[in-house]
Amino acid sequence: MTWLWFTIDTNQHFFSTMDETITSLYVGNRIVLENSINDASEIITIKGDDAGLEEGLLSLRKGAVVIEMNLSYKTENQEWKFTLKGESLSFSSLKIPETGPVETKDDIEGIMLEKAYLYEKAVDVINLLFNAFLKIRSTVVWNEKTVPKIKKWVQA
Amino acid sequence: MGILSSSASITQYHVEGKLQEPILETVAKGLKKQAVKEIDNETSDEEIGWSCFNDPFSIDFDRSPFLIGTYLVFSMRIDKKSIPSKIIQKHYTLEIKKKLENSGREFLSKTEKKEIKDHVIHILNLRIPATPNVYDLIWKYEANTLWFFSNLKGANEELETLFTKSFNLKLIRLFPYTMAALTSTLSDMEKDAISQLTPTRLTE
Repeated sequence: MTWLWFTIDTNQHFFSTMDETITSLYVGNRIVLENSINDASEIITIKGDDAGLEEGLLSLRKGAVVIEMNLSYKTENQEWKFTLKGESLSFSSLKIPETGPVETKDDIEGIMLEKAYLYEKAVDVINLLFNAFLKIRSTVVWNEKTVPKIKKWVQA
Repeated sequence: MGILSSSASITQYHVEGKLQEPILETVAKGLKKQAVKEIDNETSDEEIGWSCFNDPFSIDFDRSPFLIGTYLVFSMRIDKKSIPSKIIQKHYTLEIKKKLENSGREFLSKTEKKEIKDHVIHILNLRIPATPNVYDLIWKYEANTLWFFSNLKGANEELETLFTKSFNLKLIRLFPYTMAALTSTLSDMEKDAISQLTPTRLTE
């Protein structure tokens, strides 16, 4: 999750190389960090639509890691918002682009298919990013290039 | 919060194994076998089973089809009766009093008290309606993937048990470790490398 925040902040272009329909991916209105020192654990939550993320960066400097993040993912004319937990990669508060209204019982199947397609877009993006992270994490690129860049970003 | 809600929660699963052909008949059989039963006016305090998508109070899977497009879509319903402890205490106290008056005794044994409490709960369960909780799911059979529309620990655990009982297939919850092992595009060598990793310190 910390890598994802770093990538969001420093390399938006990375997301369109993963999926060309992505126009942006941003941190939304909530980010939760955890700092484990010895046996104690400190949880730092930053929330609010206009909340600055400086305290989050400060926590990273003290050794915290991101454990939960609200994200906003956009394509050319649609937006998805959701909260992702690092531990489970499960979605909560997932809001997909608006679909047509359900007016009759016959509409339900069509709307369900439309919604399933839109849910799939969000799930696919996260699975794609997780795979990309795994690829980086499993090679020497992680220690030789990525980690020094993240350290520099944290200290900036 | 289900598929049609304005805000949803999703837990991803990997489905291990394949169903016996013809698939749709096997699914229908599994759904009917473990369909949710009404427990209002019954003594049970909990019931867990399948119901129709978007008509959670129906288990007529022939009239409400569970195949939508290429997706298998249905719901898990958990009906639970919760009797407030103060109501149990009230009826228990009244029953004890009645028993003492009728028998002319001053005390009741521990066993008798337990029997009275069980009887009170039994009677109250008959009178109190169950509260239903409905959780939708989408099963992409060909992709061996299932999305469960809840992150609640209890509901996810019940789903895993009910699914195996119904379809004889194993549901594996996807989280970073199982995703890396089961659904990632990593080579075997990369998977081995990942399993040996330790957390990176991002501070000096």
